[in-house]
Amino acid sequence: MTNSAIIEQPMETATELPNSRMAIWWFLASEVAIFGGLIVAYVLVRLHHPEWGEYASHTINAAGAINTMVLLTSSLAVVLAHQAVEEGKLEKASKLLLTTVAFGLVFLAIKAYEYTHELHAGFTPVTNLFWSFYYLMTGLHGLHVVGGMIAMIAVSRSVRRGEHSARVECVGMYWHLVDIVWIFLFPLLYLAS
Amino acid sequence: MSHGEPESFVRKYIFSVDHKVIAKQYMITGLFMALLGGFLAYALRSQLAWPGDSIVGLGVIAPHAYNSVVTLHGTIMVFWVAMPILVAGFGNLLVPLMVGAEDMAFPRLNMLSYWVFFLSTIVIIASFFVPGGAAGGGWTAYPPLSGTVHASGVNWGMNLWILAVALEFVAFLIGGINIITTGINMRVPGMSMWDLPLFVWEELIASIVFLLAVGPLIAGAVMLLLDRSFGTGFYAPSAGGDPLLFQHLFWFFGHPEVYVLLLPALGIMGEVLCAFSRKTIFGYRTIVWSVISAGLLSFVVWAHHQFVSGLDPRLAFPFSVTTILISVPFAVHLFAFIATLYKASIRFTVAMAFTLAMIALFMIGGVTGVINGSAAADIFIHDTYFVVAHFHYTLVPIVFFATFSGIYFWYPKLFGRLMNEGLGWVHFAGTFFFFNLTFIPQFALGLMGHHRRIANPQIFEFLRDGQGLQVLSTIGVIGLLAAQVPFVYNFFASMVRGKPAGRNPWEATTLEWATASPPPHGNFDEPQTAYRGPYVYSPPGEGPDWIPQFEPPAEALEPDTAISETAS
Repeated sequence: MTNSAIIEQPMETATELPNSRMAIWWFLASEVAIFGGLIVAYVLVRLHHPEWGEYASHTINAAGAINTMVLLTSSLAVVLAHQAVEEGKLEKASKLLLTTVAFGLVFLAIKAYEYTHELHAGFTPVTNLFWSFYYLMTGLHGLHVVGGMIAMIAVSRSVRRGEHSARVECVGMYWHLVDIVWIFLFPLLYLAS
Repeated sequence: MSHGEPESFVRKYIFSVDHKVIAKQYMITGLFMALLGGFLAYALRSQLAWPGDSIVGLGVIAPHAYNSVVTLHGTIMVFWVAMPILVAGFGNLLVPLMVGAEDMAFPRLNMLSYWVFFLSTIVIIASFFVPGGAAGGGWTAYPPLSGTVHASGVNWGMNLWILAVALEFVAFLIGGINIITTGINMRVPGMSMWDLPLFVWEELIASIVFLLAVGPLIAGAVMLLLDRSFGTGFYAPSAGGDPLLFQHLFWFFGHPEVYVLLLPALGIMGEVLCAFSRKTIFGYRTIVWSVISAGLLSFVVWAHHQFVSGLDPRLAFPFSVTTILISVPFAVHLFAFIATLYKASIRFTVAMAFTLAMIALFMIGGVTGVINGSAAADIFIHDTYFVVAHFHYTLVPIVFFATFSGIYFWYPKLFGRLMNEGLGWVHFAGTFFFFNLTFIPQFALGLMGHHRRIANPQIFEFLRDGQGLQVLSTIGVIGLLAAQVPFVYNFFASMVRGKPAGRNPWEATTLEWATASPPPHGNFDEPQTAYRGPYVYSPPGEGPDWIPQFEPPAEALEPDTAISETAS
């Protein structure tokens, strides 16, 4: 079986971009607007509150740093999955997607440890506005991680059956965005003090 | 074509993936909600004209109920009438047909978007019936009015309002991505971006603006819900938060949103104008560039809604400038329309009448917008009925005149028949007269100082002289609603009794007229090709005064020359 026989041929379009890729780009643009709005709002409020630096020092920098590494590595796995699809190695692509999901689980476990630690230390979402932003932004990001993991499990199953292999690229692009958002959140919420 | 027509009733008419069925679902839901929004308008106008009297069909409106009526009138008209009809309804019907596609790029997502929207409709209607009544903080939902329960006395009504609006945003995000992908990617061979009908361009820009503007408000709405439900303090000064933050997030979306509504309306008008003036559109590329520049500018005008809210005065000047600047592309746009009429052989149909009236009325809305846009004048008239009259002179022509124009024009593509023109003229005359009767008095009331959110103007001595104008305006809205009766009858009766339309009753040029009326599942009998720009009317020489985009050239060209422009 040649590679081109395995990989589904996207419908011909006027721009030669497959519909799925164009749609996911616009979807990511809307996600950028959501997180962009939230981040700008946070930064503007924080500029009026120099005392937030002290609150921010109670976040666990080491956990955040490890999680940054976890997410970056998971992005590597999803890139390799995309490459495997291009080479027609669907079984490998499927496994690499599940690897990415595993990294996502590690990320969530570390995040859960942080939340537990912070809640026990008395920093709840209503303690003050910094912690409200902290839980809102990391929580919304966490939901995106969960959503991406569910999507990747579904895609990994269909790729194994040889269907919808173009979707690997789509979940991959989405995962990169989730990664990039974290790269903004980590310095803004953990490091800046 | 590639997918067969579904057989079962449910798959064909209810959970359909056919863009034309989904378009009808959006339009009919929107028109139904327009009746509800219109009834609320009647209720609040009656209260203002005869404060405290029992209103026919509703009874006495208590002050807090008045807040809910005003809030839900605005919310429903913008989010449940204008958006579903103009953006989703016409967009779904026309974008695939005009680019020659057999359906949207993602038919199943399309169905999902309608049903999410339908769910949001249920939620917003349900919010009338929960304890405490519907949301009462204004359609802008500013905290603290919306931020705490005790500020407006409404608890679940406000929560459901936020939920309904959020569901609606999800529906239109999905739908918007679908429309953008379809319009850009599904064009038939031969149709470059510069051969797109204006309506498709305007839908594309509107969908892109919506998609980029709504994000911050989604974040803002989550924060509002957390403030209400869990006691965070994003918008509470006592907790270090700032109510102005919500205003920024709201208007960063809210002002582009009015252009999201305006652009499809202008697109409808452009199509109608060309077909009935038998002329090509004046300045096609100029119009497209003006739409793109207006789309960009729409992101930097929002704070003109906040001139009196405690905004840093240094920001008032730049936002005044951008606000007045954005009238330039729209002036260009409308003047191009007027120039299209110059020396045209105009065919006066009902659709054309609504479009011409829309141009005239929107001018009044636009010019009064320049007055509001300058901070110095705005400080005087802010939150008065002058502003109310201004935005109704923009939004009613956008949402209703353009919609009516589009419905009379494309009814053949919805139901295969023509609407009755005689009833249409009654509808037009009544709508035009009573619309002006409703809103001209409000300019005067606004300059007298009538604030837009008071339930009883008679308690202020300086407003008592205006009571005659209040009554006049209320008579206007009752007439405006009565004028819709012939339309509603015409809309339903023409489905069975209208004259069969045939493929191209208006002798128009774009691709939707290449197929049967109504188009079959899969839209076209055979794959289409675009051979020329969208508006070739009155070409020199003998013969018919229009050459459709889909008609092969008379002299047989080399088959590949027409297709050479495909990728651009």
